[in-house]
Amino acid sequence: MRITQGTFSHLPDFTDEQVRAQVQYCLDNDWPVSVEFSDDPHPRNVYWEMWGLPMFEAKDAAAVMLEIDGCRKAHPETYVRVSGYDRRLGRQTTALSFIVQRPSHEPGFRLDRQEAADRQVRYSTHAYATDRPAGERYR
Amino acid sequence: MIGADALVNLDAALRETPVRDALLELERDLIGLAPVKRRVRDIAGLLLLSKLRAQAGFETDRPTLHMSFTGRPGTGKTTVAMRMAKILHLLGYVRKGHLVVATRDDLVGQYVGHTAPKTKEVVKRAMGGVLFIDEAYYLHRPENERDYGAEAIEMLLQVMENHRDDLVVILAGYGDRMDTFFRSNPGFHSRIAHHLEFPDYSVDELLAIAEGILEQQEYAFDDASRAAFREYLGHRITQPHFSNARSVRNALDRAKLRQASRLLERGGQVPRDELRRLDEQDIRQSRVFRGGE
Repeated sequence: MRITQGTFSHLPDFTDEQVRAQVQYCLDNDWPVSVEFSDDPHPRNVYWEMWGLPMFEAKDAAAVMLEIDGCRKAHPETYVRVSGYDRRLGRQTTALSFIVQRPSHEPGFRLDRQEAADRQVRYSTHAYATDRPAGERYR
Repeated sequence: MIGADALVNLDAALRETPVRDALLELERDLIGLAPVKRRVRDIAGLLLLSKLRAQAGFETDRPTLHMSFTGRPGTGKTTVAMRMAKILHLLGYVRKGHLVVATRDDLVGQYVGHTAPKTKEVVKRAMGGVLFIDEAYYLHRPENERDYGAEAIEMLLQVMENHRDDLVVILAGYGDRMDTFFRSNPGFHSRIAHHLEFPDYSVDELLAIAEGILEQQEYAFDDASRAAFREYLGHRITQPHFSNARSVRNALDRAKLRQASRLLERGGQVPRDELRRLDEQDIRQSRVFRGGE
């Protein structure tokens, strides 16, 4: 099941050239770009591991592409995402974020039903990938 | 694509390029440095022509743009590097055209494994622009073979080769020490296309620079103090630690100091112009005239 999230979730995955153009757009807007990775596909998993610090001083997308490639090389078969943060007063939020790498096989989710008191049913989504310990999920 | 027997309008290309203004500005703003200006013009011409060749459908490699600037301190290396970054940006050879100045401290780490990330950080900052490494020979310390400088050099060489499209590296420093540096690091020498030598300024050029600085700060020489300053420069040039334009600036700062205390000691009322004028005495009080430093 192909996981989607972020700004361009309705589009097919970007090529490197498209990623570079989006990153350059962020930098031109003075949004520092950061690279993050994770192997937990759950939609509520918002805190991903950071790949280095956000690149406050980069002016050109080439520098960010270097880090993205570094992250992909060090963590193949994980999700990698890029986000641009708008620090302007009044916005101060992630302006744009999208996935730049995904594992080759994404097993997807199952729906868990928990029967609670008074015939209530509680639902939760469970990622098959998280059955295995972190670091071994997409081997 | 232009046909095989079509004519290429060089005049129009020259007229329309925004680089023309940048070059004229360079010509106007910088005093002296004739050989450097000529080289910068040549390089700009080469790059412009290689653009035209590409438009005409000829095979064009991206030319190697890494440079070395050699010359004594205060001869304008950083200033020219800044202009160079602008020219390269206007010609479209670097995407952003900013200048990042780095020295050994910015590139070489304190302990094992510290150098690579440090160098990488600086390189990343410079991407899309020009990386200016001042006093580059300090990177290489032949007397200490465990020095981390070698690691930074290795990384820089790699960057100069693999990221030729992303940044231009300019190495700068004293002429003779750069020669030694290039001899012991042949990798650098072969990756650098343009060696620019910055000559020392003559007394006349230094005087012109001084006038320029004073004009900017709204001060002025009178005839006597101009003659005194020329004499001062004649002495100063022969002394050790003379660093061209920078020494001129420092000498003027000291002269302004003396002017201030002279005026305040005198007290009373002075014409408005006196606040601008540097007196002969402000120059002549310098230690240089008494054979000192």
